[in-house]
Amino acid sequence: MGVEGIGARVVRKEDKRFITGKGRYVDDIKLQGMTHAHFIRSPHAHAKVKKIDSSAALKMPGVVAVLTGQQIVDDKVGNLICGWAITSKDGSPMKMGAWPAMAPETVRFVGQAVAVVIADSKNLARDAAEAVVVDYEELPAVADVHAAIKAGAPQLHPEAPGNQVYDWVIGDEGATDAAFAKAANVVKLDVTNNRLAPNAMEPRAAIADYDAADEHFTLYTTSQNPHVARLVLSAFYNIAPEHKLRVIAPDVGGGFGSKIFIYPEEMVALWASKKVGRPVKWTGDRTEAFLTDAHGRDHVTHAEMAFDASNKITGLKVKTYANFGAYMSLFSSSVPTYLYATLLSGQYNIPTIHAEVIGVYTNTTPVDAYRGAGRPEASYLIERLMETAARQLKVDPAELRRTNFITQFPHQTPVIMAYDTGDFNASLDAAMKAIDYAGFAARKAKAKGDGKLRGIGVSCYIEACGIAPSKAVGSLGAGVGLWESAEVRVNPVGTIEILTGSHSHGQGHETTFCQLVADRLGVPISQVSIVHGDTDKVQFGMGTYGSRSAAVGLTAILKAMEKMESKAKKIAAHALEASEADIVIENGEFKVTGTDKAIAFPMVALAAYTAHNLPEGMEPGLKESAFYDPTNFTFPAGAYICELEVDPGTGKTSFVNFVAADDFGRLINPMIVEGQVHGGLAQGIGQALLEHAIYDANGQPVTASFMDYSMPRADDLPSFNLSHTTTLCPGNPLGIKGCGEAGAIGASAAVINAITDAIGKNNLEMPATPDRVWRTIHAA
Amino acid sequence: MSTVKLTVNGKAVAVDVEDRTLLVHLLRDHLNLTGTHVGCDTSQCGACVVHIDGKAVKSCTMLAGQADGASVTTIEGIAKGDELHPMQAAFRDNHGLQCGYCTPGMIMSAIDIVHRHGGQLDEATVRHELEGNICRCTGYHNIVKAVLDAAGRMKVSQAAE
Repeated sequence: MGVEGIGARVVRKEDKRFITGKGRYVDDIKLQGMTHAHFIRSPHAHAKVKKIDSSAALKMPGVVAVLTGQQIVDDKVGNLICGWAITSKDGSPMKMGAWPAMAPETVRFVGQAVAVVIADSKNLARDAAEAVVVDYEELPAVADVHAAIKAGAPQLHPEAPGNQVYDWVIGDEGATDAAFAKAANVVKLDVTNNRLAPNAMEPRAAIADYDAADEHFTLYTTSQNPHVARLVLSAFYNIAPEHKLRVIAPDVGGGFGSKIFIYPEEMVALWASKKVGRPVKWTGDRTEAFLTDAHGRDHVTHAEMAFDASNKITGLKVKTYANFGAYMSLFSSSVPTYLYATLLSGQYNIPTIHAEVIGVYTNTTPVDAYRGAGRPEASYLIERLMETAARQLKVDPAELRRTNFITQFPHQTPVIMAYDTGDFNASLDAAMKAIDYAGFAARKAKAKGDGKLRGIGVSCYIEACGIAPSKAVGSLGAGVGLWESAEVRVNPVGTIEILTGSHSHGQGHETTFCQLVADRLGVPISQVSIVHGDTDKVQFGMGTYGSRSAAVGLTAILKAMEKMESKAKKIAAHALEASEADIVIENGEFKVTGTDKAIAFPMVALAAYTAHNLPEGMEPGLKESAFYDPTNFTFPAGAYICELEVDPGTGKTSFVNFVAADDFGRLINPMIVEGQVHGGLAQGIGQALLEHAIYDANGQPVTASFMDYSMPRADDLPSFNLSHTTTLCPGNPLGIKGCGEAGAIGASAAVINAITDAIGKNNLEMPATPDRVWRTIHAA
Repeated sequence: MSTVKLTVNGKAVAVDVEDRTLLVHLLRDHLNLTGTHVGCDTSQCGACVVHIDGKAVKSCTMLAGQADGASVTTIEGIAKGDELHPMQAAFRDNHGLQCGYCTPGMIMSAIDIVHRHGGQLDEATVRHELEGNICRCTGYHNIVKAVLDAAGRMKVSQAAE
């Protein structure tokens, strides 16, 4: 692998600027003549906007403009779109209410913008916003899914009667009913998957700069996918054609899905910069993040699993209500359907599955993809069901899983996915060994002597990553293809620039992507630069989410590298008067195999650019590009086991051990992979124990700051015990499966299974706060 | 408006600011020291931690005027030229950062933690002491490792001085 090649724990190249305070995030950027935007947001969950009086604000010093929702509609800026069309079981398309960037008539969640103040400074804009008088007529609001679908509930959108977006089904209902009719045992479970706020540490921000002379816009934005942002802003929001809009996502301080979407604030900043003739900057504060960043999860589910007499699963029935909030965000429709129900087979042989998903509007912040996006909800449901079944059937939970593991690959599930490879017994073995599963009973007995309730919980997750084969997702309703692009530019002195459509916002691409180049060419990673996040530099790309950057983005780089190497070999062969077939690349040199004849890579590059002595007919230069479209999803999988203690007097949970055994296929940089798992586990544990975005019955958010929303802190988490088992992904040449979301997908079920094991009661909802655990212990 | 005179990273500065200006905004907007970040507005996340007269302080919790006469050190001021502070080096070597946004505040808090505990640190103490710094990327695992590693390095470098 070499010291910097594939598999090496290379320290990150990007770290120097971050640890010295030289990172360059959007809010760090200042443009000449820049103005500042402050949004005026609805304090009501549902209301008519009767009148906006900005006369007093416009007289205040430093105020440049007050712009309203009616003006943005009048200027024909497009409504926000949802990019994945879902069809209901009756054949009708999903029902979408219009979502203007600022509300001209009706607000449908607390925090929805109705107007924006543009001023010379942030403070002046904020002061002036206080002087804008908005006259609202309050309307009845609804925040809960069950309340929203009741007859007589407040209605959000005339386009969606009964607040229903869609009623979608997957699987064979008849076969599933037949399996249940013959079942020896049926296990039933109701679960709520709690609503979460993503809370990347960097709040969203945007700077828009309109150049009137060239009729050209530049947007600096906190985006995971700047090219997708440009495409949507151009094609759907009528901001500017793509060649007149440059989108730059510089250093971005975390995303977790929330920075995939194109939000009203970017649209308004662009539109306003043209209107006022100056650059416009908006930086959100934390409360704005809670109110306007797309939330995650929020499912209410009833599920039943059928077993035969030998404890083999014979069928699964699922009915889920998904809360979409007040509007359909960019990819929201796909999350509880094709990213959730298609993973309901888990790691198990399940002959037949039927799932129904009902999407519901409520007067809450829109919900969309958050780390894992649908897969954590599926994994949590299945792994809670398996644990519940083991308790009901009185078998060891690990054994019940083994009885039902898929062991033959490829495996076609009844819900679309074709698992390509895996070894679920191997990861469970590794996790059980790491935690000394066999010794648990003795440890539990000892803890009991100390007055503590000790529990152990298993979670065997699988996910679909490497999103995604374009043809497959197109046939399921996606509005985009999900390939990735790459370009390899070799400079005349032999240094290399890799341009990628992936975007790093913490993932370490500037290091791992260089490792592939080092591995293939034997050049040091200091000779390689990664260029990303700027639509003027990189031709196109789909960005980073769904654990796709290595499996899809890096494979695109590999394809471009292969093309570049092929040309370089021809040049080397010509220079060395050898046959191209005899050229091998070793330690930065192109060698004639079996001889001592060699030419260093920089000399090959120089030859390509001097073009004094190239093979007959060859174009000068050394630059190649590739587009890579995956052939299948990838299927990372693994086993997590959590051991913890509950204090029966307080309900407080304390971790004893948390082990994770993951199969991600080939690892490029194990240090970075482990970091991804740590962060994912923290988010999964956060969901299980701490985090909950809460609304009262009238749609008022109760958790809109870090004072109220419980973020995982260092003291809430254990150190983690990680290991890897490996089956290489056959779907891409590097054998990579992806590692970005696994922790968040698998962790929450392990924690809740452990707590319910400890307290001896199965029904416990997330987050399992001490109060909730104590009440469950002491409930009659 | 008032003139605030303070020393920032060893350099004396005088800045005219609105009286309501927070120290973090003086640093970011007036002195272009953008390594100090704002993550929450409620003094919870610690992305804005700097040192004031050697002690870790959340610079979003303090008016610029309150720092008049003080010596402020930010993330930009802890390396000696190209030589990283041991805490910076430990964060890099232990992969104690991902997106980098919380990192400056984490490093500034962590240096203060090591100073206050005189290098007598264990994992539980580090986790407890990091209560005022939120990271969403790392799950804290490698941050804790980095702080413990740096505590050892700082002891060595102190002994060498």
